[in-house]
Amino acid sequence: MNSSIDRPASPPASAKRAGSSRRPLLIAVLVAALLAAAPVFVKDAFTIQVLLMVIMFGALGAAWNLVGGFLGRVSFGHCVFVGVGGYTTILLLQHLKLTPIIGIPLGGLLSAAIAWVVGGPTLRLAGHYFAMATIALLQIGLLLMINWQWAGGAVGLEAPIAEAPWMLLFRSKVPYYWIAIGLALLTFLATWFLVHSKVGFYWRAINGDESAARSLGVPADRYKMLAFVLSGGITGVWGGFFAMYVGFIEPESMFSLSLSVQVVLVAILGGVGSLLGPWLGAALLIPLSEGTRVMWGSSGLGLDLLIFGLAILLVTMFLPGGLVTLRRRRGAARR
Amino acid sequence: MLEALSAGLFNGLIYAAVALGLALIWGITDVINFAHGEFLMLGMYAAYWMFTLGHVDPTLSAPMVACLLGFVGFTTYTLIIKRLQKGPAMAIILATFGLGLVLRQLAFIFFSPDYRNLPDTLVSGSITVGNISMGRPQVIAAIASLAVIGILFWLVYRTRWGHALQAVAEDREVAALVGIPPDRVNAQVWIVGSAAVGFAGALLTTFFYVYPSVGTVFGLLAFVAVCMGGFGSLPGALVAGITLGVIESMTGYFVAPALKTVSIFIVFILVLWYRPRGLFGRW
Repeated sequence: MNSSIDRPASPPASAKRAGSSRRPLLIAVLVAALLAAAPVFVKDAFTIQVLLMVIMFGALGAAWNLVGGFLGRVSFGHCVFVGVGGYTTILLLQHLKLTPIIGIPLGGLLSAAIAWVVGGPTLRLAGHYFAMATIALLQIGLLLMINWQWAGGAVGLEAPIAEAPWMLLFRSKVPYYWIAIGLALLTFLATWFLVHSKVGFYWRAINGDESAARSLGVPADRYKMLAFVLSGGITGVWGGFFAMYVGFIEPESMFSLSLSVQVVLVAILGGVGSLLGPWLGAALLIPLSEGTRVMWGSSGLGLDLLIFGLAILLVTMFLPGGLVTLRRRRGAARR
Repeated sequence: MLEALSAGLFNGLIYAAVALGLALIWGITDVINFAHGEFLMLGMYAAYWMFTLGHVDPTLSAPMVACLLGFVGFTTYTLIIKRLQKGPAMAIILATFGLGLVLRQLAFIFFSPDYRNLPDTLVSGSITVGNISMGRPQVIAAIASLAVIGILFWLVYRTRWGHALQAVAEDREVAALVGIPPDRVNAQVWIVGSAAVGFAGALLTTFFYVYPSVGTVFGLLAFVAVCMGGFGSLPGALVAGITLGVIESMTGYFVAPALKTVSIFIVFILVLWYRPRGLFGRW
């Protein structure tokens, strides 16, 4: 009552609020522009590779965050959608000569459809059951692809080596980098608008207390399914891009539990339930992962993965809320 | 077919023994130990090296391996789980996943990725009952698993300590009010649960290869068994473990060996579809 009276009396405050709420979008565009300009200054292929991986994992983390962060359902099998998107794109390219410009969105659509099908049985599950169900789905996808000879079986599939821009085939990795930036910007904008719309508020209501949300009239089942489907679709699109970028796919790399956990880790490290978290998490974690691989990977002892595992342990033990809580903590101290 | 069925039952008992440790930890402390499979791997390596270096047969060293893994469980709880108990659930999940990754990579570094197996243990050979031939190591391991399962059931459902466990599982604060120290009970649960999986791991070495990633396979099966059986339910984990073993061998027999693991996960999804809280409710 009081706030509703105050609101029309202070138009400048509301205008200021509206102005400040647009700032993340401007910042996102600026960051995208800066990243897009990076190849002009940076000639090192490895740095471009690391930047691309950061961008991709940030986007995957943001997509996962719709379900894991805003809806509160922890999915450890999200890479089943990466696999579906990737295989769809490559199979369409190989068998129908269809350009990935169409194949990648189709991969996203198929991933969304699969999310819709499996969302029915799995979204009813609470807590740990949902996590285990998503892992089971990932294993089913992995094992089926290993045994499906038409789709390459355990051997895998290759994208042709050529210079054909309309087929998204380039000899250099820089064009893929620019495509990744474009896709990442779209991903951020999509998640931003979703979270700031009625949909996002419904998700957080369901996350906070599902029973209470239902009693207030929130159609919980429909919005849970929407989060899962959108998340699956976005992840599928990135799976298609990843397949084209890498050029070779096989079941173990596309339906990887480790990749799934890495996506979760990126989101959690950065801070779940926040729009900026996954990108921050990716910016910190991927360089660490790639750096340790470069420094120790060639020793053949798996030291890079050991250090990676230790990093996971230490981060989750000392910073369980993620990076964004640092800022909040500092803000709280300041107040 | 009878041979496939009996093999499934025996494998199922071993799966159940591995799953029970996880069910105990999961049910009491509400923590999914993603490193559970790696604990099994540690148990297998411990038994392997005891045999290779000290000529102690795995069937005899199993209790020692169980004690060793109990210590690992205790250390894990006190150093990692305890400080995260009040944090977000995902932090514990990722911490145990990180721990599993560390243990696996340490095994790679110290023991190499090579597959190892034990020749000529005390229980090598086969047993023939009627028309059914079975590997003796599998039979012995299944019987020992049954014994471990029996001991765990007795501990949890027939002792004062078990009642304390169930009280803590119900409500930590209320249990503390009546004088049961939750942290001590949690530590004890981690010791017992880890010891159970260590025991199963030692017995597995009598017929299964030892390699750093072996824990991933058995760990996933343990997760499925515990989840399918019902959150925190020991009887559920037992029934689910045996069911998984039978499903696996029957699929291998009737359909194709390559698809037997797929069927486990498919059945798992179907069970959760109809029983969102698993076959058995909470205890």
